[in-house]
Amino acid sequence: MQRRNFLGLIIAITATALLLPLRAVAAVWNKAAFESSKLDEAEKGLAINGETTSKDIEIIAPDRAENGAIVQLEITSRIPNTEAIAVFVEKNPTALIGNFMFSNGALPQIVTRIKMAETSDIKIIVKAGDRYFTASKNVVVLENGCG
Amino acid sequence: MKMRAKLKGDVTEVKVIISHPMETGRKKDDFGALIPAHFIQLVTTTLNDKPLLEMQWGTGISKNPYLTFYLKGAKVGDTISVTWHDNLGATATQDVAVIQG
Repeated sequence: MQRRNFLGLIIAITATALLLPLRAVAAVWNKAAFESSKLDEAEKGLAINGETTSKDIEIIAPDRAENGAIVQLEITSRIPNTEAIAVFVEKNPTALIGNFMFSNGALPQIVTRIKMAETSDIKIIVKAGDRYFTASKNVVVLENGCG
Repeated sequence: MKMRAKLKGDVTEVKVIISHPMETGRKKDDFGALIPAHFIQLVTTTLNDKPLLEMQWGTGISKNPYLTFYLKGAKVGDTISVTWHDNLGATATQDVAVIQG
């Protein structure tokens, strides 16, 4: 009986230790924005409003993607004081792909690979101070990459 | 994780590949059962323990995530560190030293 109690205690401690960082991550991760199926709701979740179109955001992505599971995307912002770059795919089941936040000498340029369910615009929104800037690129997708 | 950090001029290019399924929670297995969502939510990067690029990801980042980012102010031998956390509580950290590109 004592041994069983001890085991129970060990399990409880382990479970607590595992749960704590998970809760901390859950508190930071923007659930509302990431679980929105609509682009405008996802933007609202990130408190984005009144974004203006900018030619100082460069998006390099293929015009046509054979397989939507892997679409390579390069984004560069030449907007001064860029703090964050948010990536959206308008027609994905959930529109927000990721939010990239820069500090201490990190340059506002990233390369990553994303999933696309169907032909859609990739919409980029850059945060600089209190202002938001946007640019889009359409990618034709031949095979659904969202599973 | 596979990582490389190369100094070219005054800019350091950091390439990262993480092994992770990045399951959306919408895919079905061979028996028609839904595969539960399993994806990285947070990624933090540091230069000598100072925060650099911080990311929140959803299920739309491809399987085995690939990332290149760039920074100024690093020297050869400096330490770049990358940490990720997923929705099931798993986490991993890896360091790499900056080399001359």
